[in-house]
Amino acid sequence: MRVNGVERSADVEPRVLLVDFLRSNLLLTGTHIGCDTTSCGACTVRMDGDPVKSCTVLAVQAEGKEIKTVEGLANGAALAPIQVGFHEEHGLQCGFCTPGMMMVTSALLERNPNPTDDDIRWAISGNICRCTGYMNIVKAVKYAAKMQSEAAKAPEHAAVAGGGE
Amino acid sequence: MSSTMHMHGGIGESIKRKEDGRFLRGKGNFLDDIVLPNMLHMAILRSPYAHARIKSIDTAAASAKPGVVAVVTGELMAQHKLAWMPTMSGDTQAVLATDKVRFQGQEVAAVIAETKAQAEDALASIEVDYEVLPAVTSPDGAKATGSALIRDDKEGQADNHIYHWESGDEGTTKAAFAKAHKVIRLHTFYPRCHPAPLETCGCIADVNPATGKTTIYMTSQAPHAIRTVFALVAGLSEQNIRIVSPDLGGGFGNKVPVYPGYVVATAASLLLGRPVKWIEDRTENLISTGFARDYHMTGDLAVDENGKMLALHVHLDSDNGAFFADAQPSKFKAGLFHIVTGSYDIPTAHITADGYYTNKAPGGVAYRCSFRVTEASYLIERLVTNAAIELGIDQAEFRKQNFIQPEQFPYHSATGWVYDSGDYPKAMDVALDKLGYAELKKDVEARRKKGEVTGIGIASFTEVVGAGPGADYDILGLRMFDSAELRVHPTGKALLRMGTKSQGQGHETTFAQIVAEELGIPAQDVSVEEGDTDTAPYGLGTYASRSTPVAGAATAMVARQLREKARKLAAHLLEADEEDLVWERGKFYVKGSPERSKTIQEAAFAAYTNLPEGMQPGLEGVHYYDPPNMTYPFGTYAVVVDVDKGTGQVKVKRMVAVDDCGVRINPMIVEGQIHGGLAEGFGIAFMQLITFDDEGNCIGSNFMDYLIPGSWETPKFELGETTTPSPHHPIGAKGVGESPTVGSPAAYVNAVIDALSPYGITNIDMPVTSDKVWAALRSKGVTE
Ligand code: FES
Ligand code: FES
Repeated sequence: MRVNGVERSADVEPRVLLVDFLRSNLLLTGTHIGCDTTSCGACTVRMDGDPVKSCTVLAVQAEGKEIKTVEGLANGAALAPIQVGFHEEHGLQCGFCTPGMMMVTSALLERNPNPTDDDIRWAISGNICRCTGYMNIVKAVKYAAKMQSEAAKAPEHAAVAGGGE
Repeated sequence: MSSTMHMHGGIGESIKRKEDGRFLRGKGNFLDDIVLPNMLHMAILRSPYAHARIKSIDTAAASAKPGVVAVVTGELMAQHKLAWMPTMSGDTQAVLATDKVRFQGQEVAAVIAETKAQAEDALASIEVDYEVLPAVTSPDGAKATGSALIRDDKEGQADNHIYHWESGDEGTTKAAFAKAHKVIRLHTFYPRCHPAPLETCGCIADVNPATGKTTIYMTSQAPHAIRTVFALVAGLSEQNIRIVSPDLGGGFGNKVPVYPGYVVATAASLLLGRPVKWIEDRTENLISTGFARDYHMTGDLAVDENGKMLALHVHLDSDNGAFFADAQPSKFKAGLFHIVTGSYDIPTAHITADGYYTNKAPGGVAYRCSFRVTEASYLIERLVTNAAIELGIDQAEFRKQNFIQPEQFPYHSATGWVYDSGDYPKAMDVALDKLGYAELKKDVEARRKKGEVTGIGIASFTEVVGAGPGADYDILGLRMFDSAELRVHPTGKALLRMGTKSQGQGHETTFAQIVAEELGIPAQDVSVEEGDTDTAPYGLGTYASRSTPVAGAATAMVARQLREKARKLAAHLLEADEEDLVWERGKFYVKGSPERSKTIQEAAFAAYTNLPEGMQPGLEGVHYYDPPNMTYPFGTYAVVVDVDKGTGQVKVKRMVAVDDCGVRINPMIVEGQIHGGLAEGFGIAFMQLITFDDEGNCIGSNFMDYLIPGSWETPKFELGETTTPSPHHPIGAKGVGESPTVGSPAAYVNAVIDALSPYGITNIDMPVTSDKVWAALRSKGVTE
């Protein structure tokens, strides 16, 4: 499988879960485990773009897939808009749910660049946060949406300005 | 990276959190992220029965399984005198069961293996022969004649009764009741729930066989106290024990106690000479670690003909589980429950409490709560709303009539508390204003006429936090002070170390802000470290909203101490008299000539390079703060609900929360704490329930049965504030993390009861689920 853009392979027992493979074999410990029943979403990663709960995917099922984890969000020092949003709007407290929340909502923003409060609440309804009461997570996603739409507009402006000179 | 990087970050500034970066990048350092070389893994075998005698345990087959290094039983622990350990309430608790199991999920044996999967696989091969005994699952069951004796291990224990405890004055209370115009009674059960932080508990014990140094990485809210307990229990030398509490994925009281797994992992590491990791899964967390509440309460409120409160009487039965392990100051058997007169000027009160053993998990932790304040606040606020309804007085009006008035502070309560400061009518007015109460009431009337079921609930809570004055408050004899050590480096940057432990509250930012305010070093230049007992000064830890009241005060005091030394240094540099210097955040200048000044950074540099005669070099200090009193945060919460008559479903339409937690250090963080607590309060009111069947099987052992509020059902919150500083706290702060969980459950339930009151329904115990509401309506003949 490709994980955050890098080809990774290993021999694993058939029963190994994707979350354990990521955490134990690849030492990508940003993906967390919060339950045993697919209820909490702390383990959410993206598989071929879709958010999946990696505690409910076998590692072997991810063979040949494109996996993205929280460690793959930032581009070097530059944080992705969703990360900036969580920071600016105080969308995290203990930070344990945060990677899963960001993986789900980054997928949402690709599908729906301008989500309403309800769109966001629905998207994260499979992810539990015990600290924030969700209010600021919603704001964080909106912040990221705005940032992304402004970034999308910016090159046009640059082009127009450039053309005018 | 942050939009507030350039800000000074003093008190009152909503700077962005300094700790965010690592969590956003997936680089937090949670317990399960730690991997030590040569590390083994432990899994625990737990009892399937609530009450059973252990006839035999056969570990031979398990020991032969691949990868298994050792199988530990109670018998082996007993050889090292570690089969039992003390609890925080002066009782004993089994580490691994030797004689009987006393609750479902109790620790029976442990397997240590090369991998986690191997350890878990081998559990199935341990054979335990049980003789099942009848289970006791409630205080009533515990009292019943002929009920099974749970603690037959304790000499002189003839029944299941643990303690009787009283507060207040029986005589004057009885006399007041005799003269009362009316007595309003509420019997209510605050059910068992569980804090369920998203990260479960665990540890890695690493005993170095060469040096004897024992390092235990542990999900602990109170690492120093744990170190001392380990020294006393295991007979280890305290300087050889190091407890490291890494990043915690929430705690909410669940990570205060010592759990058997910690002790077994440490013993195993000691015996095997290799690090041993133990991480519980969610089910283990929910069925065996510190639960909360489980109080059966009866309150009687006496009022005169004008609706003035005269006296309060409360009796409660506490369901403590199989071992009395409540996490609370040792002098108080029912925690701080005697704050139960709340925000009201009630002349006399009498409280009686009895604790009982049952075949349920032990714990009694302060779940986002200052030691049973939550139960007290719930009882009085539910009782006051019921009284208002029964007396036909508006519930806001009835509260205002009986509030302790602003001029009565410091207020001496009937049960002996001295409330530091408050302005209850003001918080109420702000809440009613925000709600548009007058209009809303008309709307409710109009809609009720149309047959709709709708209501408003109010709760005006008073909390008591920040334990505590050390003379009255201790945990196992350790006085509940806290500490801060501040080191200012030559370049004017600083390191602050504390005895507390953040679980998401943002200590790395908030406490840096106190230094920024008091010593003038920008918050960005102050690193905050907690959780390593080898480096942090001794402290009692973070729970019961005590970090800001106690450790925050210690931080302000140590910063002031260093400021006085800096003043001397600045005077030396300016060749001026100390008394002639004026402090303005970040610099000293000579009175009358502001251009002659030295910054705190220049003074810090001088502390290492250019000192006055006879002064010790360096700019460092430590302060241990023992507070003179508790702090008393308060507020008014108001909730509006609609109830669907057909399904019993409750919809929370609005939730207005006005908090007064004294001075707010970082308002953004304070509001975040309030949001979180209101969501947990919502969960407790409507969803979160740990219950048991008659055999003592735990129902609520995973997140499909123990329902946690998600984003979809959690209401949106509207916040407001008033600010009444604490007069005795150095910066006037009171602590806030728990107010919303303490105050909100009663507000949510009061709204439902207000909505149902036209039908004569006076109580539904939490969690207020649709089926209970539906049944209550049907019982009164209400159909669609
Ligand atoms: S750990 Fe995967 S959903 Fe909880
Ligand atoms: S920030 Fe702690 S669980 Fe979400």
